[in-house]
Amino acid sequence: MDANRRQFLRGAAGALATTAAAVAAPVSEAVAFGPREPKTLPPKAVGMLYDSTLCVGCKACVSACKEANGMPAEQPASLALWNEGTWDAAEDISGKTLNVIRVYQNGTMVEKDREQDGYAFVKRHCLHCVDPSCISVCPVSAMQKNPVTGIVTHNPDACIGCRYCVYGCPFNVPQYQFDEPFGRISKCQFCNHLQAQGKLPACCDVCPTGASLFGLVEDLQAEAERRLAAKPGETYTFPRGKLGGDRVGHEAPVGEYQPHIYGEKESGGTQVRYLTGVPHEKLGLPELPDHSYAAVSEGMQHTLYKGMIAPLALLGGLVVLARRSAKAYRDEDPTRTDDEEDSR
Amino acid sequence: MSVLHPVAESPDPVLENHQPLGGRIVTKPFMLLGLLVLIGGYFILRRFLFGMGDVSHMSNGYPIGTWVVLDVVIGTAFGCGGFAMALLVYILNRNVYHPLIRPALLGGVFGYTLAGLAVMIDLGRYWNAFNLLMPWYAQINSVIFEVALCVMAYITVLWIEFWPAFLERMPSAIKKRFNLDKFQVFLRRYMYVFIALGVLLPTMHQSSLGSVLLIMGSKLSPLWYTQWLPLLFLISALAMGYGVVMLEATLVQRSFKLPSEAALLTKLSRVVAGLLVLFLIVRIGDLLARGQLGLAFNFDRYSILFLIETALFAAPIAILASQRRCANTRLRFLATISLLAAGSLYRMNGYLLAVNPGNGWTYFPSAPELMITVGVVCLEIMLYLIFIKTLPVLPGRTAKAGRPS
Repeated sequence: MDANRRQFLRGAAGALATTAAAVAAPVSEAVAFGPREPKTLPPKAVGMLYDSTLCVGCKACVSACKEANGMPAEQPASLALWNEGTWDAAEDISGKTLNVIRVYQNGTMVEKDREQDGYAFVKRHCLHCVDPSCISVCPVSAMQKNPVTGIVTHNPDACIGCRYCVYGCPFNVPQYQFDEPFGRISKCQFCNHLQAQGKLPACCDVCPTGASLFGLVEDLQAEAERRLAAKPGETYTFPRGKLGGDRVGHEAPVGEYQPHIYGEKESGGTQVRYLTGVPHEKLGLPELPDHSYAAVSEGMQHTLYKGMIAPLALLGGLVVLARRSAKAYRDEDPTRTDDEEDSR
Repeated sequence: MSVLHPVAESPDPVLENHQPLGGRIVTKPFMLLGLLVLIGGYFILRRFLFGMGDVSHMSNGYPIGTWVVLDVVIGTAFGCGGFAMALLVYILNRNVYHPLIRPALLGGVFGYTLAGLAVMIDLGRYWNAFNLLMPWYAQINSVIFEVALCVMAYITVLWIEFWPAFLERMPSAIKKRFNLDKFQVFLRRYMYVFIALGVLLPTMHQSSLGSVLLIMGSKLSPLWYTQWLPLLFLISALAMGYGVVMLEATLVQRSFKLPSEAALLTKLSRVVAGLLVLFLIVRIGDLLARGQLGLAFNFDRYSILFLIETALFAAPIAILASQRRCANTRLRFLATISLLAAGSLYRMNGYLLAVNPGNGWTYFPSAPELMITVGVVCLEIMLYLIFIKTLPVLPGRTAKAGRPS
């Protein structure tokens, strides 16, 4: 029995070692290699600067978005008693709402853009990441990033509805229509159908104060930095519609901004910039690292499956071992006892 | 000697001496299972007629619910018995365990096939599912893509590995009619290739089920989010695979009064204990290396989940590593249950319970949603029962003489 036991323990140790070796080697390599190279902003990346201090919460952008994208009005169950569906009352983005204005409220809510006893508005829609998680997880290439403008689009004909884009998006942007038998994923595509006709995205087009401003990402970044550099309270002419466009600007005092341009570096960078008066995490804009988790995930996959070398090598080894065992058992006498086999 | 034994009859040289159990198929427990399947079927119908929201509490905060987590992420780990035993018997050449392999393989066949079925219920745009196989839609950076293709391939391999059990029972007239003898010879000659694939593919997709979570980043508690997720998922899949084999062997032996496999199971326990130790070393070592172990003792929701999970992983080691305690059927059974619960909780934590999408989202499955999962599992058990009663799956009584007891 002792001989058996030793033999067995050797076998068990072998089992552990093989398992560990098969996976640990490539995994530790992956750890050493770390994430794959970060992606960079496309050459003519377009985006949006949303200035929370300019937003008056009129929600013109929400209804313009619905119209431009043919989305239905939403009537949340919680509001059903006093709203019979006559007007849109979306509380957050959803399968039927691509863009929404939400409000932050604290205490007595006497002053706008103040954290204590104040309130503030925030716009929710796709940030069009530079290195999007939704594209990385999608198994059927339904999510695509335009190589020139950087707009992240969704192709429902490819989509299988696995919802890993919903699961993986750090901003919770893609939304599946759970209440439809043939639901689809909804997400802001930055009105690329309107942009193709030379028009502005609907939300930026209708914004009366310039809180939503369309433009090239690099220009918007510079504009955001200018606003941060300006002295709070002094008069500033805020462009409307499109940055560098011919619309008359909106003169208003510069807000008291948080010293952070949200969206510049979050999750490897996005094509949307947020300037806010209250800390961004209060507005539902999550704290995120400067790299995209897509780079972490793909770094791991690219190391483990680089040229399919590791899996093929492993398969080769397994075939040899399996063949040896199968052959051995075929040749030997199956009526012999296991004790004999152990002490062999 | 070998001429006396009908080796040539058996398409799989390793798996002779298996016999159908026989007996009545439609028993009372079987009908109860059938009732649960029917209830599940009713809700599946509703899901397809009225959409997922009609039966499920999934939301855009928690878009992955029990269908994926219980049926696929945990269900396939329960289906890893075939994978784990093939690794031991064929790759590490431990033929002593071969009586356990065919039942384990059958568990894998159903565990995985029904996980595939559950995915079809869960896919929001199931009519596009075949896009996964269209090269022009392939997205090779996607972990889900790898999991999907790999699981599909493995389901095919499992059925091929199990195919000899059908061939053994098939009337020779049918075999002649469809020229299956040739197929049988082919299978017999090249089975080792499928066996190797049957070890490679689960290694790939079970580790990938961990890699899937790498995209979650700060949505997943740092107690679970680590670069070592793929390795931890692989080790836990193997441990759960052996756990299922031990559970299955004990239950089947008890219910159908077969000779005990205790000696074999005691041996197998050591392998499992080793895997559990390895899992805990990687798990705790990683937390130490990342300096996050302190989170385990905050006694908040995540800390408590972590402590329960770790206790369930650690408890069986004390039993499984000791030959004396392991010889006690009851203790061994408890250890097996604990280990399966540990692996299941680890997976559920990673995919659901330790996930916080923010903005106040919460998730608890609805009753109809759970009934669909229950229905799928019951269907699996019913099919398992039909198969072991009509096909040569379990070790036959005639073979007992040569086995230590």
